[in-house]
Order: sequence, then C-alpha cells, then structure tokens
Amino acid sequence: MRAYLIRRLWQGAVAVLGALLIVFVAQRLAGDPVALLLPMDASEEDFAAMREALGLDRPLPVQFVVFLRDAFSGDFGESYQWQAPAMPLLLERLPATLELALAGLVFALLLAVPLGVLSAVYRGRWVDRLAKVLALLGQAMPGFWVGLLLILYLAVRLQWLPAFGREGPLHLVLPAIALGWYPVAAMTRTLRSSMLDILDSDYIRTGRVMGLPERTVIWRYALRNAAVPLATMIGVYFANMLGGAFVIEVVFAWPGVGRTVVDAVFARDFPVVQAGVVLSAVIFVVVNLLVDLSYGLIDPRIRHG
Amino acid sequence: MAERHAAIPKRRMPVVSCAVLGLVLLCAVAGPWFAPHEASEIALAESMTPPFWRTGGSLDHPLGTDMLGRDILSRIIAGARVSVTVAIYAIALSGGIGAALGISAGYFGGIVDAVISRLIDIQMSIPAIPLAMLFAAVLPPGEGMVITIIVLTYWTWYARIVRGEVLSLRERDFITVARVSGVSSPMILIRHLTPNVLNTLLVLATLQFGSVIVFEAGLSFLGLGIQPPQVSWGGMLADGRNFIEVAWWLITMPGIAIMASCLASNLLGDWLRDTFDPKRRIT
Repeated sequence: MRAYLIRRLWQGAVAVLGALLIVFVAQRLAGDPVALLLPMDASEEDFAAMREALGLDRPLPVQFVVFLRDAFSGDFGESYQWQAPAMPLLLERLPATLELALAGLVFALLLAVPLGVLSAVYRGRWVDRLAKVLALLGQAMPGFWVGLLLILYLAVRLQWLPAFGREGPLHLVLPAIALGWYPVAAMTRTLRSSMLDILDSDYIRTGRVMGLPERTVIWRYALRNAAVPLATMIGVYFANMLGGAFVIEVVFAWPGVGRTVVDAVFARDFPVVQAGVVLSAVIFVVVNLLVDLSYGLIDPRIRHG
Repeated sequence: MAERHAAIPKRRMPVVSCAVLGLVLLCAVAGPWFAPHEASEIALAESMTPPFWRTGGSLDHPLGTDMLGRDILSRIIAGARVSVTVAIYAIALSGGIGAALGISAGYFGGIVDAVISRLIDIQMSIPAIPLAMLFAAVLPPGEGMVITIIVLTYWTWYARIVRGEVLSLRERDFITVARVSGVSSPMILIRHLTPNVLNTLLVLATLQFGSVIVFEAGLSFLGLGIQPPQVSWGGMLADGRNFIEVAWWLITMPGIAIMASCLASNLLGDWLRDTFDPKRRIT
C-alpha cells in the first residue's frame, strides 16, 4: 500500500509539474506581456525597465524556476481586469463551481442508478430500450445546447425555473441538469453491465431460492455489489464535470471559476487564465488520486499490496 | 457469459447514420451550389422569419431566418463545411501523431515507452476545456487554433489505445519471426504493426468525428473558436442565445445539426467496432 501511495503521489506531482510547464510555455507563446502593460507611446527604456522589473530579461530556465516558486506559493500575478491577485480571485469563486458540479453529479446519479438497474432487470424490454436511446442522445447532445433548450422550454416558455444567476437552490436545477446530462449515458451502461453479471451470480440465486422478495434481492443485494464499478468512476466524472462547468457556467451566467476564466480569455487577462488552468489541473489530479486510493475502501478485494 | 455473447444477433449496418454523414459531407463539399441563399446574405426586412410550417413562415426560408434576416438552412449548410474541415484536419493530425507515438511506445518499450506514457499521463491529467482556454488565450482565433486545441486534446486517445494493442501484437509469432529473420525495426513498424492497428484507428476516427464536432461547436459557442464572418454551428447558437425569448428556431436548428452529425458518427463507430471485433460487443 505504501509503495503504491508513493508511486501515485509521484505521478500526480509529475502531472501537476507538466501542467505548470505547459502554462509557462503558453505564456511565452503569447508574446510580450510588457506590450500589454505599457501605454502605446512607451519608450524603449520603459520597455527595458519593465522587462527587468518583471524578470523577463533573465534566461528562460531561470524564469521557469521563478515561475514555479511563485506558483507553489499560489502567486500567478495580478489580474489585469480586476486589479487583484489571480488565484484568490478564482478560489473565491470555486465554491460556486463545486456546488454546480456536485449538483450535476447528483442529477446524473438520480437518473443513472434507476435506469441502469431497471434496464438490467428488464433486459431487452422497453425500459432497456429507453435507456439505450437516452444514452445515445446524451452523448450526442452537447451540454450547452441542452442548457439552451432547458432555458427555452422550462424557464422562458413554462417559467417553472429561473435560468440565470445563483440566487438560491432553484437556480441550481437547470445548470445541474445541463451539466449532469452527459455522463448519464456512460454511468447507466456501466451499472447495467455490472448488474447483469451480478444477477447471474450464485448468491443472488441463493437469495431468490431462500424466498427473499425480488425487490430486496435487486435493490439491496445486487445493487450493493454492482455499484462498485460505478462508484469508482464517480470521482473521474466529478473531475470532468468541473471542466464541463466552464461552458455551462457561461450559458447560465453562473458566477463560478469557469465563467471567470472564459471572461479572462476575452480580456487577455493571462494571470487569471493561467491560475484557472493550474487550479483545474490540481483539482483533477487530487480527485483522481483520492478515487484511486478509495478503491480499497469501497471494495476490500482491491487492496494494493 | 458465453451464452449471452452467442445470442447477440448480427447488427445491421446503420444505413440512416451513413445517410446523415453522407449529407453532412455533401453539404461541406457542394453546399454553396444547392444552398437556397448566400449564408451571409442580410435581408433585414425578412428578419426573424419563423420556419415554414409556422404562421408567417415561407418556403423561401424553410428553417426561418435570424435577426439579420439571414437564411438558417443556408447557414447550417455553410456551417457543415467548417465543421467537416476542422474534423478532418483534427482527426488526421491527432490520429497520425497519436498512432505514431502509440506504436513506438508499444514496440520499443523501455525509455521510449516511459517518456511517451508520462506525456500521455500529463496530458490526461489536465482537463480538456481549461487547457483549451489556455490555448485560446494565446493563439490567434480561427480554424487553425481550433484544430491545434483538438489535436492536443485527442492525440492521447489514439496513443493510449494503439500502445495497448501493439504491446500484445509484439508478442505474437509473426512479429517475432519478422524480427529474427532480420527485418528492420522501421519495416516491422510500417509493414507489420501499422496494418494491424488500422481497424482500431478507423473506429476511433469515426467516433472522434462526433466528439470533434461537439468540441468545435462548444469553442465557437463561447466565441473562442471559429470567428464571424465564417459560419459555424456553435457560433449560430451563440447568436441565437440573445433572442431565445422570441425565436426558438435560432437555437434549435443548429443544435439539431450538431446532434444528428454526432449521433450518426457514434452509431457508425459502434457498428464498425462490433464488426471488426465481435468480442468487444456490449451486451
């Protein structure tokens, strides 16, 4: 277990370093940041002075080391737009994004668990077909389009739910559906196939022979084991939803990290974009790490020696 | 288990999917010749005309017009060209790069494999959309940027799967025989390994077509992808978003185009996978 833990931590660290390197390279590709900071009529001396002040006159490897040092202390520079440090700006908006991703995950599970179980139990019947059609549509309808349709029909036409902003739990419903829509397909399929395997197994047959009600057999005994593969995927989906939230937040004017980063891209506000990418990568790596380590907790058969 | 697999009937070729993809390709290649209007032709007098089956609609604009009176059908046809162009370049490049790296990693093993696998790990540990934001911020917007972003995101797909296949192919007799009879490494890679992963590549490419279209639409919807005056489905959705209360067709029609193309390529890809590799069929 310890060797495994060390290996995974090392891999995670390499991944975060890689992300930082990509961010650094992208920043250099962007051209001269000094030109953005100085007024149009600045002189050559102004440029040179500014470069020196920012450390841009030093060799690239040195600049990278400085960049890393700053990055590890959470310093990605000041946002040009907001005149405030970039990372705290995003961390302030992180709860909104986490809330949205969590709500999306809950929606996805609320749909995927019953659909997965029922489509396995009634294999080949209409529930199964419905699940299949939903899965196909889910993968072909981009979340932001689902979001627009939800706004059109449920918010504008029927006026059931609010469309924009973050002012209460009701505001969470539509964005959560739009975000949770996509993973439903894969979750349903995963659960369905593990359910099919489990329903074939001896202990389920024993349970039935002993006269347990079918409901108990399926929802208590079969689902508990069949849910393991799904449970191990949840973290990965959650991490992916944090990425997906970037687009959904724009559609629903949700005040989270994603929308702030998209705005920053338009404003060429690099510190915020960089901080956003690094923040997402770190969260992604950490979530995946936690997921891997929790395998053993969820299913004691998978313990890393 | 075995019974279940044996019971699967042979799947029919998805004719409708092929027809939809054929239509999208036709629009991309020959769209300007049969589109009813010029895609950017502005006719303010006819702005916000609904589709023909609604009152106020006309067959002159079968799917209605937008706020500037531009014909939606013609714009969807024009958007197909952008989507298909982006998809073809992106698939060819990410497939080519990914396959080359995957084959090398699988065949050579050792340090080559270690480096390439680490690269894949790093790439996969950065979520695609934030990474796209980063490149959108530094590269000039347009088709080139969209293609670059997609290639950077998707090459790992190919590399990972091809590497796995080559790892098992490498142990097979025909490769060993080739190696002991003195065939050079490049020759083994090109003549013996590549043809054996072509099926996989074709399946991945077909499946990727749909996801590239969605990805491109997402970027263009955010305003970070294809820029006006070039027409893109994602851009049309972004335009229509501002008129969501008065003109439902503006956000419905381009979305249907995206969904239909993606659905068709997913179904065709699934069918190809099942046909090439019946063992992997999902029950």
